[in-house]
Amino acid sequence: MGLLSDPHCRRALSRLIVRLNTPLCALSYVLGLGWFLALAFPPLAPRTYMSENAMGSTMVEEQFPFGQRALAYAREFAGHKKKVGGMPVAWLEQTLWSLGLEVHRQPFARTLPFPDEARERYMVRGTNVYGILRAPRAASTEALVLSVPCSDGPHNNQAVGLMLALASYFRGQIYWAKDIIFLVNEHDLLGMEAWLEAYHDVNVTEVQSSGTLGRAGAIQAAISLELSSDVVTSFDVAVEGLNGQLPNLDLLNLFHAFCQKNGLLCTIQGKLQRSDWDSLPAYAHSLQTMLLMVLAQASGRPRGDHGLFLRYRIEAITLRGINSFRQYKYDMTTVGRTLEGMFRKLNNLLERLHQSYFFYLLPSLSRFVSIGLYMPAFGFLILVLILKISFLGGRWFAGSREEPRPGLLVLVPPVLICHAAGLALYFLPVLGQHVATQHFPVSEAEAVVLTVIAIYVAGMALPHNTHRVLAGAGSERGWMALKLLALLTLALQLGCLALLNFSLGFLLAATMVPAAAAVQPNGPKVPLAAVLVLATPAVTLLLGILVERELVEAPAGLAEGWQLFLGAVGEGLLQHHLYGSFLFPPRDGHTDRPTDPPLAWLLLWNVLFWK
Amino acid sequence: VVEGLALLDLGVSPYSGAIFHETPLIVYLFHFLIEYAELVFMITDVLTAVALYLAIQDFNKVVFKKQKLLIELDKYAPDVAELIQTPMEMHYIPLKVALFYLLNPYTVMSCVAKSTCAINNTVIAFFILATIKGSAFLSAVFLALATYQSLYPLTLFAPALLYLLQRQFIPIKLKSKSFWLYTTQYAALYLCSLMVIICLSFFLLNSWDFIPSVYGFILSVPDLTPNIGLFWYFFAEMFEHFSLFFVCVFQINVFFYTIPLAIKLKEHPVFFMFVQLAIISIFKSYPTVGDIALYMAFLPVWSHLYRFLRNIFILSCVLIVCSLLFPVLWHLWIYAGSANSNFYYAITLTFNIGQILLISDYFYAFLRREYYLTHGLHLTRQDGTEAMLVLK
Repeated sequence: MGLLSDPHCRRALSRLIVRLNTPLCALSYVLGLGWFLALAFPPLAPRTYMSENAMGSTMVEEQFPFGQRALAYAREFAGHKKKVGGMPVAWLEQTLWSLGLEVHRQPFARTLPFPDEARERYMVRGTNVYGILRAPRAASTEALVLSVPCSDGPHNNQAVGLMLALASYFRGQIYWAKDIIFLVNEHDLLGMEAWLEAYHDVNVTEVQSSGTLGRAGAIQAAISLELSSDVVTSFDVAVEGLNGQLPNLDLLNLFHAFCQKNGLLCTIQGKLQRSDWDSLPAYAHSLQTMLLMVLAQASGRPRGDHGLFLRYRIEAITLRGINSFRQYKYDMTTVGRTLEGMFRKLNNLLERLHQSYFFYLLPSLSRFVSIGLYMPAFGFLILVLILKISFLGGRWFAGSREEPRPGLLVLVPPVLICHAAGLALYFLPVLGQHVATQHFPVSEAEAVVLTVIAIYVAGMALPHNTHRVLAGAGSERGWMALKLLALLTLALQLGCLALLNFSLGFLLAATMVPAAAAVQPNGPKVPLAAVLVLATPAVTLLLGILVERELVEAPAGLAEGWQLFLGAVGEGLLQHHLYGSFLFPPRDGHTDRPTDPPLAWLLLWNVLFWK
Repeated sequence: VVEGLALLDLGVSPYSGAIFHETPLIVYLFHFLIEYAELVFMITDVLTAVALYLAIQDFNKVVFKKQKLLIELDKYAPDVAELIQTPMEMHYIPLKVALFYLLNPYTVMSCVAKSTCAINNTVIAFFILATIKGSAFLSAVFLALATYQSLYPLTLFAPALLYLLQRQFIPIKLKSKSFWLYTTQYAALYLCSLMVIICLSFFLLNSWDFIPSVYGFILSVPDLTPNIGLFWYFFAEMFEHFSLFFVCVFQINVFFYTIPLAIKLKEHPVFFMFVQLAIISIFKSYPTVGDIALYMAFLPVWSHLYRFLRNIFILSCVLIVCSLLFPVLWHLWIYAGSANSNFYYAITLTFNIGQILLISDYFYAFLRREYYLTHGLHLTRQDGTEAMLVLK
């Protein structure tokens, strides 16, 4: 209790905080950002290693011989798909049956809350087909999943072919201890969600499906495969799942180990690892990779079909075969051998993957940054807020001796109005889309997106209205109390967000913290207003999209960026309603977590225009 | 409770399953009221608030009388006029106490969750009301009921006794005969009512099953479901060999503070009761947020200590942050599977540390005020320079 109860020490500490507040805040912010950027420096990040004992060595002798058969299956599948014009359910069922698997089909249907312009659909109907390979000597208590999305057009046919070839090979082996489910899902994420919900007998979203007929026990791991060409030059792995959840690092390590064993080139975020690590271009490269992962995780969107498995505590990754202009190409046999090796290793698992990290960032495929290393960066950003809060708190309490307190009731109108704006932002767009289409010449999806933006901008006009309602407007201590409350709310929400989805929390903190700390009604209004507008989450999204396009080496102009931004807002809303992601909606419907940066931002806007 | 009722309806002892640990009186109470469960919990909360309101109203009168007496006896230093409580500032305190209890998010949460903690709170509130009104018999009966429900209110015997002695103007000296006479009277009332209630439970269910299920359960902590208390993690990590020793240590920790606090706070039994309630709700084996709501309801009574509280801002921030992080980390651990129990226990530890610091802050502020009252606000050392009060 020394620090807290000793008055001399306390007085010295509070004097330090009051006098050096701005320099300390600036230093802390720079330290936070600097720490984050330093994480990408290769020597600082430890190498990945396999933590799970059961997956220790890669000593399996893979013997997958059916590369040509995979291609044949793929060609048949492509033909049938073109003939049917969608997913050839009957052919798939028959093929899986002839391979000796237990076949089931699952029809599902979903009405989207508003029509999806990107893919032009409103009511989605589809069928998932899956076959279960029963382990010959085990009790069907655990399962592994190999899922292949059935996309429109000529995509992903080779993946189905390879899956069928693997199924025929696996069927002949006797060493399987877990059942293997070979799943072909239609309409990618929607079908995946329908299958997972029916499999686990829950009803998280409003998908109507016939219910799964066959089960194979608890799923231990899942791999989603996407292959669109007969030969591949490299394999890309995607790890980010829904709401920024990541699979266990061990699964990634497994993939990396087997790629190295079979000589396959593997990439992450589409970027190949560099062999030199202490040069500036190498640092820039790994920083690019890490930033891409941060942006992907922050968007909360699953980067492949595997993202939805994570919610059910099933570790999953997506593997994509890429055919680029490299000279050396790998055929299906090598790819099949890698997958066979991975499945045999996963077969050895005694318990769910839990030994390795669940929270990490990847500057490259063989180096990782764990939560203990990246949290201090976020801690420094929150420290800025804490310093500002203690500074304001001290001034507020000191001021209470001199002038009578205006009472905390003065704070209630701004807070209530900001909350109401947040709720409007959440409920109105989807509810009001029909009204909007009647009065304005826009389609429903556009109506939703434009309503969101309109409410957002309308929120900025609020300070001029709440002024007249307040009694204590213009008082010195009133705005300090409001700012204190706003900073507390912001710190709380950023903290909760960073725990759930670190990248989102960090990005929002990095943009909002300097604006939040600097805002006050006494300073120069226009620059501060500009800074605050730049810090708003919507602008962060726009900037994030532009930065991501830069990093993927396909830079987008401002107009294209704006279109992408509108699309992203629409997609984000749709995904929220479909899968429960929480990008921008103020409150997640399933638990009461406050995830509402726009609310804190509106409160700060009110502070700026207090006078 | 529902399982206990179901088993009772089948004619089997409700304690034969492993999850029912409430007392037989609760079983019979809910036997008739299970249809209206929501209404029952709302009414208990309202009753608690009303009891606290009446209790604090009476307490204010007592405090004011005592203050007047001490001023007339010249016990206070001359320059402490601003520290004396006036009736005007004390006028709204009972209402604030009732509102603090009813509007506390913790109370709302335990009402929605239909936790039987609400009934415990009602009994303790009635016990406090009876004690402050001065009725030894009712106070003993309610204390016996509270102890019968969950073992820990046993420690509230000491502050209640001290308060009743003060009310009867019996000085607390170990050699005084009237002191021992009153003590034995009160203790006898308490023990007899406890015996009566326990025997009544025996006759209700025709077996002594409930004693190991209720009291054995509270004392030996066999069930380690995570809660906001400190026990579950320790005992989940511990070897069987040492668990008995540590169970004893942890349980003694709850009862241990009664005697030192009684010695220090014998002039201020109601504050002692508040601190004791807080200690029970922090250190008991299965705390819930309803327990916290009960002692937090008393905070407006000590609002005159505000100027002496040093860390109240930081502590309230810590408590709010921890309360908000509890569900987040629970979700990460149980549903997302990405975290583990360490994350959740860290927040539990921080939350409990925040509560402990809150109580010790109030305790220190109370003592400081008493010191200033008797020694004057401007303390000077022997050589005339200004002195500062420091806790060593």
